[in-house]
Amino acid sequence: MAHAAVMSGAEPGAGVYTKKLGMWTFLASEVMFFTALIGSYIVLRFGAAETWPVPTETLNIPLTALNTFILICSSVSMVKAYAAAVDDDQKWLKIWLLATVIMGAMFVGVQVYEYYHLIHDHFLPSSGLFGSTFYTMTGFHGFHVSMGVLCMSWVTIKAFRGGYAGGKYQGVEVVGLYWHFVDLVWIILFTIVYLI
Amino acid sequence: MPTTEHKHPNYIAIWIWLAVLTAVEVLVAFISSLPRHILILALLFLAVWKALLVALYFMHLRFEPKRLLIFAVAPLPLAVIFVMAIMQEFP
Repeated sequence: MAHAAVMSGAEPGAGVYTKKLGMWTFLASEVMFFTALIGSYIVLRFGAAETWPVPTETLNIPLTALNTFILICSSVSMVKAYAAAVDDDQKWLKIWLLATVIMGAMFVGVQVYEYYHLIHDHFLPSSGLFGSTFYTMTGFHGFHVSMGVLCMSWVTIKAFRGGYAGGKYQGVEVVGLYWHFVDLVWIILFTIVYLI
Repeated sequence: MPTTEHKHPNYIAIWIWLAVLTAVEVLVAFISSLPRHILILALLFLAVWKALLVALYFMHLRFEPKRLLIFAVAPLPLAVIFVMAIMQEFP
């Protein structure tokens, strides 16, 4: 706490710097956003339990499990980038950030591939309640990942220009919080939409 | 200010945990012949476990001031109330 208090831009109320508090506030609103989507899914599925398609038969689970693993790996590389930024290890900060951007882009690529094949198999947003809710939830999540990749590309470019040298890790930590949150939402979505 | 309040946790260990739990989830969903409600509970338990690992270690909530922790979990009861409220549509 003493550390946070002397840090420039510290929020005296929460004991953390203002940018981090701002990100957590945004993430709190994001929890409610995804709750609306997941909550509607649960309610719609409860209401139509007999006619609901079996997700493990409709969707490509092995492919998505691999994609889940890619996103988990990108979360680890992100947290390693944060640790490197804290330790002022510029070389590894750049390597881990690059790895995170690449794996984030891979996730979006695999999701596009998944959509392409689902649409080819005539599973569309218009294919009943499961189709609409599936594309709404995974689409909004994919949009979040895409925005994360854009933000992290910016952070990576800044890292290559030495913007986080001298232990200035705040920018890396804040974008990391967003990235881990997106990973966390995917963990829930993967279970609720694909496996259950 | 390059010093930290805490030593870095073992992130690779968390990564292995997450990978193993994901594999267990897929196995449980595909192979097990558990009754449906037990299957759902098991999968939700594994998902919450993974989510907690991410929040506590990757988002380092475990090492944050308590006030930030309260701030971060504040929307969760609201989320539960939200879902319960919509569930009333289906008595």
